[in-house]
Amino acid sequence: MTGPDAATATPTAPAGGSTRPPQSADDQDPRGLGASVAPADALAKAQGTYPYAADLWAEGLLWAALLRSPHPHARITRIDTAPALALPGVACVVTAEDVPGEALHGRRVHDRPVFASELVRHHGEPIAAVAADHPDTARLAAAAIVVEYEVLEPVTDPEQAFSAPPLHPDGNLVRHIPLHFGDPDVVGDVVVEGLYRVGRQDPAPIGAEAGLAVPRPDGGVELYVASTDPHADRDLVAACFGLAKERVKVVVTGVPGAMGDREDAGMQISLGLLALRTGRPVKLVATREEAFLGHAHRHPTLLRYRHHADTEGRLVKVEAQILLDAGAYADTSSDALAAAVAFAAGPYVVPHAFVEGWAVRTNNPPSGHVRGEGAMQVCAAYEGQMDKLAAKLGMDPLDLRMRNVMATGDLMPTSQTVTCPAPVGELLRAVREEPLPPLPVGDDEQDWLLPGGPDGAGDPAAVRRGVGYALGMVHMLGIEGADEVSTATVRISEDSATVICAAVDTGQGFATLARQIVQEVLGVAEVHVAPVDTDLPPAGASARGRHTWVSGGAVERAARMVRTQLLQPLAAKFGMSVELLTIADGKITSYDGVLSTTVAEALGGKELWATAQCRPHPTEPLDEFGQGDAFVGLAFAAMRAVVDVDVELGTVRVVEVTVAQDVGRVLNPNQLAARIEAGVAQGVGMALMEDLRTARGVVQRPGFTGYPLPTALDTPEVRIAKLIEDRDVVATFGAKAAGAVPVVVAPAAVASAVRAATGRPINRLPIRPQNAIVAQG
Amino acid sequence: MDSRLLTSAVTLRVNGTVHRLTLDNRSTLLDTLREDLDLTGAKKGCDHGQCGSCTVLVDGRRVNCCLLLTVACDGSEITTVEGLSDGWSLHPVQEAFLARDAFQCGYCTPGQVCSAVGALREMAEGRPSAVTVGTEPPSGAAEIRERMSGNLCRCAAYPNIVRAVGDAAERAAEWWERTP
Repeated sequence: MTGPDAATATPTAPAGGSTRPPQSADDQDPRGLGASVAPADALAKAQGTYPYAADLWAEGLLWAALLRSPHPHARITRIDTAPALALPGVACVVTAEDVPGEALHGRRVHDRPVFASELVRHHGEPIAAVAADHPDTARLAAAAIVVEYEVLEPVTDPEQAFSAPPLHPDGNLVRHIPLHFGDPDVVGDVVVEGLYRVGRQDPAPIGAEAGLAVPRPDGGVELYVASTDPHADRDLVAACFGLAKERVKVVVTGVPGAMGDREDAGMQISLGLLALRTGRPVKLVATREEAFLGHAHRHPTLLRYRHHADTEGRLVKVEAQILLDAGAYADTSSDALAAAVAFAAGPYVVPHAFVEGWAVRTNNPPSGHVRGEGAMQVCAAYEGQMDKLAAKLGMDPLDLRMRNVMATGDLMPTSQTVTCPAPVGELLRAVREEPLPPLPVGDDEQDWLLPGGPDGAGDPAAVRRGVGYALGMVHMLGIEGADEVSTATVRISEDSATVICAAVDTGQGFATLARQIVQEVLGVAEVHVAPVDTDLPPAGASARGRHTWVSGGAVERAARMVRTQLLQPLAAKFGMSVELLTIADGKITSYDGVLSTTVAEALGGKELWATAQCRPHPTEPLDEFGQGDAFVGLAFAAMRAVVDVDVELGTVRVVEVTVAQDVGRVLNPNQLAARIEAGVAQGVGMALMEDLRTARGVVQRPGFTGYPLPTALDTPEVRIAKLIEDRDVVATFGAKAAGAVPVVVAPAAVASAVRAATGRPINRLPIRPQNAIVAQG
Repeated sequence: MDSRLLTSAVTLRVNGTVHRLTLDNRSTLLDTLREDLDLTGAKKGCDHGQCGSCTVLVDGRRVNCCLLLTVACDGSEITTVEGLSDGWSLHPVQEAFLARDAFQCGYCTPGQVCSAVGALREMAEGRPSAVTVGTEPPSGAAEIRERMSGNLCRCAAYPNIVRAVGDAAERAAEWWERTP
């Protein structure tokens, strides 16, 4: 929302879905579960009117800028804000001493200062924030703040973190999980070892961090931000403001891309502090460089593996050491480590497993939640091991995998029984049976498809095709005892319904799903999804596709309660039970046709409301040996990647990725296919190009040239071979979250294909050209 | 310093409306559109011409307007995503994006849509790209992928974007003929 009418600063926030009615409510529109219902916010997005935080405006607003540390590790000896305050147009400067409440914050562990005051622990750490009358003034003022540093040697190698002096009062070890499962003395006939490295993927949303803070007359503040976990963000920022959380309201704006957690908490706290201090609205839009410095990245990971098998290729034991680089602060590293350790052997039956996992602090940029955290890194490693084992045994890598696949009822190395559908073998068969794409060789019009393009490729004869396979798994809900819960309200009046739920639609389609659920249960076409803010009951984070289950479950229950309220009087009047009545297309009919009325008539001008919660089966923390029922839902996928590698240049083009996925139930075919295509593309990015490089802790080239993202040219054809719909009986609608699994599996599949094309080990992601070059004879 | 040295008077025709503005010479067209004209459809993704979210049409050609100084557009005809629909009906590219669900978060979409409008015009005019073979007018998914490769989509809705642009090709040409 822009323009002077925003003076009272209640910008319309559409994040739960636009309040715009559906385009048309005629009978041709797909409706209900299983139909390809289009998102309600699509029109606004296509017209450029869907408002993101960067588009908001309020009368009299100030612009904020953050001063960030240029050093990864330094002692701050002096901060002088006077030169900034002396600049015309500067309204306020805040540093650590201006934080009225908690000085430390964090998503799991409160270990991160709002502003560094004594010690800087990573490049880009906030030191001060400025509010001024113009964004350029704010930036100039931030640059004018004098900070004297005593530069310290950074600890940037996570392996050195164990012996290095503590970088933080909490020490350098964030978490250690020694998983013991089975007999440590068992040895296989065949043993393969491997060392794998996974780089620092960045969520790299195209919309950088942005927000608008508006002070309230009661001394509180409202934050308009693209939060993916608004209640957690509110609690975190309120503690730092020294305010009761009821006096802080987070209003969720359009979310401009969320492959990880949003929104950078340091930015939100700075904005709120400046608004509270100045009594004026304050807006901040991060630069692209700041976005790379401010938000959390995927954990760079070092993995050392030893697989034991018998001569028939049956896995006997998996030993692994997994080291996650948490960066300067803990963030969600504990969760990522639990997933990495628990899924260290992958979707295979392993009788004995010994896995040591560590997450350690360094002076590198902080790591946190990025789609498929922990699970993605280990998938690259255990699938590398399966290829290696197959080579050593002289077996077809597919046969080796098939011999070991997990199924429902098998044990994970955490001793948790896989109770959900786990059709791993069927998934692998499905991708294997798909025909392979033809080679482009000898076709002039296809020559440009060679890696490097028509002019960039060296000798077309140097291009080799490779086909690789990977299997993978990921969890869907919060883990290790996290209180997974969501609350939703459904209202019906006349012939339309409204869903009120604080589940943020990041573009993943929750608002669409909520509409489909209510269409299905209440038989009305027109369903609105209310905007999200923290005055609503909490729904938890938008992550791991958990809203499909938790918030979808809450919406369904609330809708069913409304349905009962609506039908009970009718059923009583006609002397039949509610179960004998059906609602469809706004009409209520009985099984025998005696009763036929409309929803609007049955309501008789009344409104019906119901609120319900969904709280899935609880989990428990992993114990001291990495054992326990730490996960609720698991999802699996198989992929086949086909690549063309120029073995002289080391360039790779992914020709096609074939996917078979365990989805439980298809709730929206178009949206599901789009999520899978997206996950594959993000996985291909991890496999081939995405790595935020640092040099002695300093982020190198934080932009879209230094950190390239896959373009339309890099994204392969995605062929969906099979979607297995074995309903997970404990999940809402039996559906499994679909977005994270492809990101987990695609990098491993691409690596496997490059391995097949080149015969090189490919033990590092992203794959660098020098790793894909084959020495010419 | 004399502020007249730092500012210029500029006349822009944006989405059919003439604007006479006095602007800091350093203003980019993107900032002018977003901050001075309240047209927030064009997005700032990188401010470095790397992501394509700010794509608009200047005199019918697509540009990354974060790299264009507003003073260089004096007298130009500028079309942003807000100007593509005529108030009654959407542009064929917008309709195709809706029909194909060619977005997730929507942030890059205004840039994708404007870029597609420009790309389809380039193709209709027979302007070759890096992947054009021979002298036939460029068409097809490979051409579209190449021409749309300057517009990043982190949600990776690329398959549907490419399909949508292909769907719109014919009707977009008619749109250009109708639009002077």
